[in-house]
Amino acid sequence: MSTSANGSGTGALSASRPTEVNQLDRVVIRFAGDSGDGMQLTGDRFTSEAAAFGNDLATLPNFPAEIRAPQGTIPGVSSFQVHFADYDILTPGDRPDVLVAMNPAALKANLADVPRGGTVIVNVDEFTKRNLSKVGYAADPLEDDTLSAFEVHRVAMSTLTQGALAETGLGKKDAERCKNMFALGLLSWMYHRPTEGTERFLREKFAKKPDIAEANILAFRAGWNYGETTESFATTFEVAPAKLAPGTYRQITGNAALAYGIVAAGQRSGLPILLGTYPITPASDILHELSKHKNFGVTTFQAEDEIAGIGAALGASYGGALGVTSTSGPGVALKSETIGLGVMTELPLVVIDVQRGGPSTGLPTKTEQADLLQAMFGRNGESPVPIVAPCSPADCFDIALEATRIALTYRTPVLLLSDGAVANGSEPWLIPDVDDLPDLRVSFATEPNATDGSGEFWPYLRDPRTLAREWAVPGTPGLQHRIGGLEKADGKGSISYDPDNHDHMVRVRQAKIDGIDVPDLAVDDPSGGKARVLALGWGSSYGPIGAACRRVRKRGLPIAQAHLRHLNPFPANLGDVLRSYDLVVVPEMNMGQLAMLLRAKYLVDIRSYNKVAGLPFKAEELEGVFTDIIKEVVAA
Amino acid sequence: MTTDLGLPALGGLDLVPGTDEAQKAKDYKSDQEVRWCPGCGDYVVLNTIQSFLPTLGLKRENIVFVSGIGCSSRFPYYMNTYGMHSIHGRAPAIATGLATTRPDLSVWVVTGDGDALSIGGNHLIHALRRNVNLKILLFNNRIYGLTKGQYSPTSDQGMVTKSTPMGSVDTPFNPVSLALGAEATFVGRALDSDKKGLTEVLTAAAQHRGSALVEIYQNCPIFNDGAFDVLKDRDEAERRIIPLRTGEPIRFGPDGDYGVTRSAWGGLEVGKVSEIGEDNLVVHDPAITDTAYAFALSRLGGQDLHHTPTGIFRQVTRPTYDDLARHQVEQAREAKTPDLQALLRGKDTWTVT
Ligand code: SF4
Repeated sequence: MSTSANGSGTGALSASRPTEVNQLDRVVIRFAGDSGDGMQLTGDRFTSEAAAFGNDLATLPNFPAEIRAPQGTIPGVSSFQVHFADYDILTPGDRPDVLVAMNPAALKANLADVPRGGTVIVNVDEFTKRNLSKVGYAADPLEDDTLSAFEVHRVAMSTLTQGALAETGLGKKDAERCKNMFALGLLSWMYHRPTEGTERFLREKFAKKPDIAEANILAFRAGWNYGETTESFATTFEVAPAKLAPGTYRQITGNAALAYGIVAAGQRSGLPILLGTYPITPASDILHELSKHKNFGVTTFQAEDEIAGIGAALGASYGGALGVTSTSGPGVALKSETIGLGVMTELPLVVIDVQRGGPSTGLPTKTEQADLLQAMFGRNGESPVPIVAPCSPADCFDIALEATRIALTYRTPVLLLSDGAVANGSEPWLIPDVDDLPDLRVSFATEPNATDGSGEFWPYLRDPRTLAREWAVPGTPGLQHRIGGLEKADGKGSISYDPDNHDHMVRVRQAKIDGIDVPDLAVDDPSGGKARVLALGWGSSYGPIGAACRRVRKRGLPIAQAHLRHLNPFPANLGDVLRSYDLVVVPEMNMGQLAMLLRAKYLVDIRSYNKVAGLPFKAEELEGVFTDIIKEVVAA
Repeated sequence: MTTDLGLPALGGLDLVPGTDEAQKAKDYKSDQEVRWCPGCGDYVVLNTIQSFLPTLGLKRENIVFVSGIGCSSRFPYYMNTYGMHSIHGRAPAIATGLATTRPDLSVWVVTGDGDALSIGGNHLIHALRRNVNLKILLFNNRIYGLTKGQYSPTSDQGMVTKSTPMGSVDTPFNPVSLALGAEATFVGRALDSDKKGLTEVLTAAAQHRGSALVEIYQNCPIFNDGAFDVLKDRDEAERRIIPLRTGEPIRFGPDGDYGVTRSAWGGLEVGKVSEIGEDNLVVHDPAITDTAYAFALSRLGGQDLHHTPTGIFRQVTRPTYDDLARHQVEQAREAKTPDLQALLRGKDTWTVT
């Protein structure tokens, strides 16, 4: 296997490396600082460097909901964790091997996660009396034994950055703002990362302010040179490229992948796209991304509210476009009446819910998967909608195409449940060949279809296989018809208050959704069937559940894993899968919503493991849970 | 940062395919039995619209009526065009999505005072502000009919209804003033029973490129009978209705002895022509860009219908949201050929062999 990275290579900076070089298979680094310190950008750049180098990687951004929380305080801490490895990894990592703390608040907020013996790199310049007291450090943790269990590097990042930029004529304050690039340079040196990409990135980002670009590059190089020339760092580390499946890769976040999936859905269906939406964390990036791709026939409509967003999307679908709306849980609450209208009028519609902590405004920037029952039942009346969920950032691309397939084939709103962790997280993505993407072409009704020879068009006649009604768009001669939220007579589609008709239509709408073609659930059990416990998940917990299963198996305990991408309808073999294990454990970042659906539908017992902390599960935590359960089953 | 968006100059129906085939009112009648209460003002409006639409010479299949919820929102079911009876208050939003993606359609919104001004107020003002190419017919009967007689946002203060046994304490909206405040480019008003006046306003609205709001005073004989009777009695109407005719001095009353002139503070007021002097009458010009003029006209009348201007208050040209949005898509396409594979690849890739 060989790896070549576009735009990487040796990089602008090369080192003679007097230091010892350690080979590692994986490293987790967490950059933490004030929300104004540019930690997201720093982490993102380090990630791109790792990607360009060919590592597998996964990331976890974690930031406050406030744009600028009070400076130097714990609530104002923003962090970005990146896990990179020479093999395929599943999670952003439980605990950072290296913590970069740009101020006392960042240290205090994150230190508990660093394992003993881990590396802590601090910006000593920020460890002033004032800053220490802001976060309740009575004594300087760099002086007492707070950090005795760690390898600590005290680096005067602010001073060194200002020094490096002294000649640039940049003000002291502006110079100091480049310290995040100093940190990035230092870490890039420590881990032998390519640097050209970052320098090019900075030049592009600050194309209109070349002096700022140069200042950032200088700071970046100063950080690199600091590692190279001072002797405080005895060791550098190498993480070799990962042995991923052959192909061309790029790094991608879940929200970007989702947006690309929608663009691809438009191209593969041949339909124009209208995204009707309203800004909401953590879904807004889907709007930002799609607004850049108008050349693909994508119209983005930033509406006056959530309701208008989905209304416009449904109106566009009625006219023969692909209507899409994107939001988070609070927005789904507002959109539910229109989703109901979509169910009643049987029009295609993709509803993207990037779940966040709830209820109400909850935790806007944190992740959760507690909207499943809202998606399933959160409307008046019998109002079934299909539900799909991506299991990783890259899977967001495929799931967008799958949601569109279902929406177009069955003429129904589809709920797509992403969440904050997959939306903002990133990973390498094996770029698909466009020709291999599903064919989503649709045909509109062109002819009257009445079965009584009247020559009329009956909007509620159905395809016997899919139970979908015909899609007759305005502008088609002879097919004028009226649809709406009132119950319609089967077939003919005129308003009907007939009791038997309503009962029939309720059942038909349900049958249509129940009958959606969904691939069977695949079970991963390397023990060849010895596992008696199945770990079943959905959504972003795929990574931690998978990583935990690997760890459990390494201990010699068999465990099977399966992950649901289709939550309504469930795969047809799900009941059989559930019944073939002594115990099924379902970890969820909610109070047991999938577990409730499974128990209700299959009358099987489910062991629910729940945590609703706004953060993804840790592999270590689930490893413990699974191990205990396996032991319990074996003992029984 | 702002950027020039370009300005397409089109008429309201320029992109909608027409037909040479003669059409009749009955071509626009659907097979559904009309189910409004006997004597409801909606009937005459429906008839007027069914007889006015053939004059536009459009292909019937390119006309769409979208409605919300309420008595008047049953309208689409009675029209042999495409139609959607949607949800309460949301018709302007749904119609916006449709109009933005389908320039070849003539899109009409049918709504009422509760639907448009209460639950759907937000969508209404934003549709008007954006100037989406929609024609919004606001049937104002000053009451909730479908829910059987609660007061609405245009009901008189003090009105006793099922939900206000001691009289409503709400201050009503003036829908024309509201629309003007929301930057509407076309605002008109007509009476349900005035076939000629309504047809004139509707014709101009249809030809207007952008959002057109037409307030139609509509009688609800069941829950608010006679709300507009003073405008239907010949003598009363003469004294109260101020007909707005483009290019003509604004005057009304028996023998045209009343007129509209500039007030001392720069607004408009009604006075006796004999006192004002003919030369000082305001000549109506709906194309005046400053909204203040049309707004002042809208304030000549009040909730009590003491004076009631009817006709076209404002008709100005401004690029429409849907034209601009489509224009951007076109521009983007011209600037960059869509290449999905290139998009997916992006800039930074690496290859594993
Ligand atoms: S309640 Fe009033 S508005 Fe409604 S249909 Fe009857 S008369 Fe017309």
